[in-house]
Amino acid sequence: MELFLQQVLNGLTLGGVYSLVALGLTLVYGILHVPNFAHGAFYMAGAYAAFFIIDKLGLNYWWGMLGAAVTVALISVVSERLVFHPLRKAPYLHHMIASIGILLFLEAGAQAIWGADFHRMATPYNQILTFGGLTMPAQRLLIIGAAFFLVVLLQLFLKKTVTGATIVAMAQNREGAALVGIDATRVAMLTFAIAGALAGMAAVLYAPINLVYTSMGHLVITKAFVIIVLGGMGSVPGAIVGGLIIGFAEAFGAFYISTDYKDIIAFALLVLILSLRPQGLFAKGAH
Amino acid sequence: MKLIHPVTGWLLLLVLALAFPFLAGNDYHLTVMSTAYIYAIATIGLNLITGYTGQYNLAHSGFMAIGAYTVGILTVDHGMSFWLAFALSGFVAAGIGFFVGIVSLRLKTHFFSIFTLCVGYIMYLLIEKWESLTHGTVGIMGIPAPENIGPLDFSEPRTQYYLVLFFLVASLWIMHRIVHSLLGRTFMAIRNGDDLAQALGINLMRNKLLAFMLSVFFSGLAGGLYAGYVRFLGPGVASVEHTFDMTMYMLVGGIGTLLGPLLGAISVPWLTQYLQVLQEYRFVVFGPVLVLLVIFLPYGIVGTYLNRQRRKAALKTVPPAAAPEAGSSTPAPKQGANHA
Repeated sequence: MELFLQQVLNGLTLGGVYSLVALGLTLVYGILHVPNFAHGAFYMAGAYAAFFIIDKLGLNYWWGMLGAAVTVALISVVSERLVFHPLRKAPYLHHMIASIGILLFLEAGAQAIWGADFHRMATPYNQILTFGGLTMPAQRLLIIGAAFFLVVLLQLFLKKTVTGATIVAMAQNREGAALVGIDATRVAMLTFAIAGALAGMAAVLYAPINLVYTSMGHLVITKAFVIIVLGGMGSVPGAIVGGLIIGFAEAFGAFYISTDYKDIIAFALLVLILSLRPQGLFAKGAH
Repeated sequence: MKLIHPVTGWLLLLVLALAFPFLAGNDYHLTVMSTAYIYAIATIGLNLITGYTGQYNLAHSGFMAIGAYTVGILTVDHGMSFWLAFALSGFVAAGIGFFVGIVSLRLKTHFFSIFTLCVGYIMYLLIEKWESLTHGTVGIMGIPAPENIGPLDFSEPRTQYYLVLFFLVASLWIMHRIVHSLLGRTFMAIRNGDDLAQALGINLMRNKLLAFMLSVFFSGLAGGLYAGYVRFLGPGVASVEHTFDMTMYMLVGGIGTLLGPLLGAISVPWLTQYLQVLQEYRFVVFGPVLVLLVIFLPYGIVGTYLNRQRRKAALKTVPPAAAPEAGSSTPAPKQGANHA
């Protein structure tokens, strides 16, 4: 039973990180209908930005997180302006290839600056907490708490503020949103900024229990794609639920099936589900 | 208005390629060129499914790895001769491609790409973790060179170069036959709009699947050649970055043209060779190049050149019968250039 609960906690940790990354991806998809392959590189850029702030500038973890959020939001907005905006009328293939271009550039850039080595990110939360038989590193609890907090914050922002509502409106109907006077450019930039900030913070949360390296975004972004395909592209609740499903599937799969193959589980799940239901689990209509 | 007649142009390229070993200063240049040819074969395959049929397959390098590991496993672990294993490599890739295709091709546009991205990851992770079959991260070492055929000794760099060149020329010729046939036109009809294609009575699934299997056949064959040429295999062969590399070759030269991918696959590696410093960081330059190409030159060098020619031809209002001849090295009609 304790082992089972342990896996539940692990699943929540992974699910939290995946949800944050998938949320950014799904928001951008909702606005632009672009599968942004560069999102994984944004995640990686966040980890490096925080690593730089913590390790080189000697500031504390929270400054690192703030710095990462701001840096990645900037990178994200700049790439929207310079790359996705000029391509908004191009065929989908061009979007994808351009986003791959950004991804390759950011990864090679990080490697040119910091080298190919793995880096360890310091965290002030090294303690191991125990609650009757359950052991839990504090950092993992922080991930769960912070992910929950950010998801709630995002929900409130989208539902309760006018600015948030413009994002939802644009995702629902681009022309309709433009007709009622919503500035598409502003909303697109805002969405990219939020997506970037979420990816950056997710990276800073997860990096201390993982490591910082240039290809750290690969698996995370691919899983985030799996999540938003399962949850319905553009759907916010879908990204959260999908993130938790994949997080739990991996935590339990690693424990009950095999650690070696845990990374395959998410992909195998996608292949299985799309083979049976090409339209995804929760999505309406065919892709 | 043409610079040179297409047939003359292709023959000229062939003569240059045949003469290359005598012009190249050293074996290193031969190695660079041979590797470029191997990737060119795989890129030609990717171009069939992406450039001509409009489906961007991100598992392409995974299929190349399947071809390569077919040769590696059969020769090293089962003592099969290289030629036999090599003959199988394309078919194994196409066979697995059949099963991947029937599932993935039901999805459209970027869903197909995301799905194949995941398939590519599964292939990569399987190669890395399934140690009893693939030797895991250690990789397969000591793959034998192709056995001699008569007086031809394939451990020589020069004969190896000609071997690779032979398969490149064969691939280009087959691809030329495909894209100029009714089948090729069918693929392009699907690329230009699958609803319209379906309305014309084209069986979408069957044709897409055929394009997919042909495409990965080339990839598997390139993988088989790669195994015999490099003679060492690691899981890295399957990495999606190689698909990205091939995408760049395709875009630089001109997606959806015959000459384009070849031009890209040969020129880009040579550029990186001369920018040695860039080897590791090549994407600092090539990432933005990819973006700029997509924004400003989406049809690549060859595609842009051909479009310009067509425009000139249209301006001169030549008799309509002559117009399709203008681009006989690339069969895409004018509106067909609007691929993807």
